[in-house]
Amino acid sequence: MEQGTLRVKTGLAEMLKGGVIMDVTNVEQAKIAAEAGAVAVMALERIPAEIRKHGGVARMTNPGLIKEIMAEVSIPVMAKARIGHFAEAQILESLGVDYIDESEVLTPADDRYHIDKFAFKVPFVCGARNLGEALRRIGEGACMIRTKGEAGSGDIVEAVRHIRAITSGIRTLTLLREDELMTHAKELGAPYDLVCWVAKNGKLPVPNFSAGGIATPADASLVMQLGAEAIFVGSGIFLSEDPPRHARAIVQAATHFKDPEVLLKVSEDIGEPMRGINVASMSPDELLQTRGV
Amino acid sequence: MSSDASRGPHIGVLALQGDFDAHKIILEQLGARVSLVRKPSQLEPLAGLVIPGGESTTLLKLMQYFPDWWPEFQRFKDNGGAFFGTCAGMILLAREVTAPAQKSLGFLDAKVERNAYGRQKESFEEVGQWADGRPLEMVFIRAPRLCEIGPEVEVLASHNDVPVFVRQGKIYAASFHPEINGVSDLHKIFLDALAE
Repeated sequence: MEQGTLRVKTGLAEMLKGGVIMDVTNVEQAKIAAEAGAVAVMALERIPAEIRKHGGVARMTNPGLIKEIMAEVSIPVMAKARIGHFAEAQILESLGVDYIDESEVLTPADDRYHIDKFAFKVPFVCGARNLGEALRRIGEGACMIRTKGEAGSGDIVEAVRHIRAITSGIRTLTLLREDELMTHAKELGAPYDLVCWVAKNGKLPVPNFSAGGIATPADASLVMQLGAEAIFVGSGIFLSEDPPRHARAIVQAATHFKDPEVLLKVSEDIGEPMRGINVASMSPDELLQTRGV
Repeated sequence: MSSDASRGPHIGVLALQGDFDAHKIILEQLGARVSLVRKPSQLEPLAGLVIPGGESTTLLKLMQYFPDWWPEFQRFKDNGGAFFGTCAGMILLAREVTAPAQKSLGFLDAKVERNAYGRQKESFEEVGQWADGRPLEMVFIRAPRLCEIGPEVEVLASHNDVPVFVRQGKIYAASFHPEINGVSDLHKIFLDALAE
């Protein structure tokens, strides 16, 4: 019997496709998420918008809270470790979380190296802003990529920028001659063998999800029409006026992302979305997406 | 029912959530005509429906949002439509679901325990066996276990003596994921049965 193989690790990400992974900070929210049809929950002490406001150092969530949430819901439970903090990841693996997000939303523990994700049985998801970053993370063992977007902003512009950068980067590689790939690998700062794989197959070798600013059913549809295979919604659910209704609407939007009639129906009467921050008004040192590139 | 002999049967893959693309790719490689199904009205022209791996609770919620799903599934089955469910799909087809108990279609006379093999870190791949003893590669991901099967359910493959691929009439179900191997004899068996 083999556990933690690449096939088993990317396999769970395959099963999450077309779904919504919701950030939750307590058992009550986890129940609301599962009840609405979330495909998984991300257990956190604070949602990203609150992490921004709170300041200080953001660390791995208290394992006691994660355990309570794991006991409450039957869907997969994910948790975040700081970039490069392999000890936090070891604790999360031992706890039995189903996926670890090595996340820029937490304060990075290592400003140079990411976690060696091949060393774990539990699969990892990592954020990326472009194809080079995505392939570096896959080269370190990530089994799922998500756009970074700008977490906690409620502004979709960065997630759009990132999903477009990744998908257009992929399309570009498929048009190149073989003798051009090494130079492009150098320019992307990405492993040559992965660049060749993408050029040949026209997609990432792992599922490609979107995160970082999704606040409405229309936002979900937008990033999925641009090529995201599933979505993470962080602050967008529980900072909205009516979280259960908002959650149900976004779950349906992820399935029926190409069907404007359904999108119209689910977008009515869901109350106010989160207020959000215009990312263009933020100073560069407030951005989370530039951490761990 | 449509079944164009030159192009193989017309199969739907339920695309509410899960690894429906992986099923579609395999079925197309085997010569089937494949449509992704997101609304009950899309079932009508199909000879068979694949319910993919995914999260069974999410699939259930998405079916509740369009209440027509339940009667339409029943009508599709009563009109001779075939089903093949993997993992979450098997959970939805079963008569009874435990850990926790949840609603299901009840087309397969079997009791299924959710996540019975453990969480993701206990997920595994291993070689199991066809009923005639030939080896079969299997990938289990937070997999459900068939704990009871009725007298009309035939065991087609097993792992450590637990049934993992079964058939009852035109209903096929597997607790593992043949679709993520890139090739699958299970899908071929399903298509061959439809051609008969």
